[in-house]
Amino acid sequence: MTRYIVQRLLLMIPTLFGVAALVFLLLRVLPGDIVELKYAGSGTFAPRQAIEREKAQLGLDKPLWRQFVDWIGGIARLDFGISMWTGRPITYEVAIRLELSLELAVMATLVAVLISVPLGTLAALKQDTWLDYAVRIFSIAGLAIPSFWLGIIMILVFIIFFHWLPPLTFTSFRVSPKANLQQLIWPALAVGYRYSAVATRMTRSAVLEVLREDYIRTARAKGLWEKVVLTRHALKNALLPVITVLGLEFAFLVGGLVVTEQVFNLNGIGKLFVEAISQRDYTMVQSLVLLTSFVFIFVNFLVDLVNAWLDPRIRYQ
Amino acid sequence: MTMAQETAPAARTQMRRRRLRAWLRVALRFARRRPLGAAGAAIILVMLAAAALADLISPYNPLATDYGAMLQAPSAAHWLGTDAFGRDVLTRIIYGSRTALIVGFTASFFGATLGTIVGVASAYFGGKTDLIVQRFMDLLLSFPLIVLALVVVAVLGTGMLNVILAIMVPMIPRSALVSRSSALSLRETPFIDAARALGFGHARIIFRHLLPNVMAPYLILLTAFLGQAILLEASLSFLGLGVAEPVPAWGLMLSGAAVEFAERAPWMAIFPGIAISLSVFAFNLFGDSLRDALDPKLRVS
Repeated sequence: MTRYIVQRLLLMIPTLFGVAALVFLLLRVLPGDIVELKYAGSGTFAPRQAIEREKAQLGLDKPLWRQFVDWIGGIARLDFGISMWTGRPITYEVAIRLELSLELAVMATLVAVLISVPLGTLAALKQDTWLDYAVRIFSIAGLAIPSFWLGIIMILVFIIFFHWLPPLTFTSFRVSPKANLQQLIWPALAVGYRYSAVATRMTRSAVLEVLREDYIRTARAKGLWEKVVLTRHALKNALLPVITVLGLEFAFLVGGLVVTEQVFNLNGIGKLFVEAISQRDYTMVQSLVLLTSFVFIFVNFLVDLVNAWLDPRIRYQ
Repeated sequence: MTMAQETAPAARTQMRRRRLRAWLRVALRFARRRPLGAAGAAIILVMLAAAALADLISPYNPLATDYGAMLQAPSAAHWLGTDAFGRDVLTRIIYGSRTALIVGFTASFFGATLGTIVGVASAYFGGKTDLIVQRFMDLLLSFPLIVLALVVVAVLGTGMLNVILAIMVPMIPRSALVSRSSALSLRETPFIDAARALGFGHARIIFRHLLPNVMAPYLILLTAFLGQAILLEASLSFLGLGVAEPVPAWGLMLSGAAVEFAERAPWMAIFPGIAISLSVFAFNLFGDSLRDALDPKLRVS
């Protein structure tokens, strides 16, 4: 087990190195220079020397391979460099926003699980009734409705019917749990609904499949309560593919976070990412892509681990 | 000689008519067996018609600003109201379907096609080529979909063509993965051995013998991508990283002004979102039904 974990973790390094190299190359090969863009935006005349000086400061005057080595070397020491736009360290810029985005991600995942597991199970138990159809339409709609639009509609309803707007400044959970939850529950619902769509369908089909298994019949035959059969025998086995799907659809979560942070004006990682792209802040984009890819790979690794832990038939290789 | 020349066109039209009738029969059977898929197809057809006939059916010019009619509520003159520049919302939604369909179809078509060719070729050549291609595809798969799209936008900038590329790129590894696994089993079949024994070139075997046999997963992928592509285009445009103003696009209609004027002009925020949801919904329904109809493994259950 430990061997397997270490092996998997070590295998992540070449993948992440590949991601880093790919993103670095893509971003640097193409024209459009941050320093020139910065001065063009400020509208002031910039002397040649000032531009050169700033480029040197950012390390843009060095050859490409040198810039790459410097960047990778820094990452090994957990130093991601400085943002080309704000001039502050990237670790700082990320750190001040990480809490918000992480909390939102966790809440959205909780929402997704709380929607998909009960609804999916219910739909499976009442297969081909109006309830089943309602759940299926609800989940297909979740795939079609963009989470940013759902967010906009929420805000619309708040303003028109309640004359209330979600607060603009982020309150940490540690400062005021109530204010914090009041602010984040809505974006979490908007993201979580979409995130739940595939998982609901997966839960439904997994429960349907498991209920046909012999051991369920055995459990019923020996007179167990239906409740026990359902929770202890059926759900426990049906949840495996659901967990896998939640891991695979993690990309939905990331996408949802990027757009809903924009809608709810939350200053999180997603907003930082979008800003960095429109400002051509290379170092920031690079680091954020590496960060999301890392989380993505890591989540999939965790899913494999949880699956192996829940299902003894899966062997570590 | 003259007889043959006279009958040839007649026979051809007859054959064409027979083929058309066969297609119609297939379509009707699909509609009867899968009403949900047919409903999706109907919505898609309406969308296609709206996009094709936009110039004829829209009441206004999508770019014409009218400062005398800003933020007007839905009325007889403006069925779905007007936006902050006095532009007719209905007109912009109709023209927006053009953007959504052009981006959606081109991105999904090229994404699915290129990915399928890569996957099939990778499976066919096998060995080291396969290994290297697979590593590279795995690399691309370790980016969440929207992140890879955003990276492409960061590199190329915004605009219609770049958005198409941005949506297309993340789809390539996903379709390569699927088509590779179907091609792997095909590679061992006798008819490929026969083709090889006949001395056909690699390109001919891949394009004439392998690709036609992965058509079913290809079509499934293509329809599954369509909905995603439209959604992704809307998201990118909403973020200001997609199609740029004044091109009418649904995501763009929802960004900025729609939230700003939410209280005074909620129709600006409501209708474009319905258009996005409805079209993605339609493509998903149609894609699901098509998958059920084409995938023999699922047909049994």
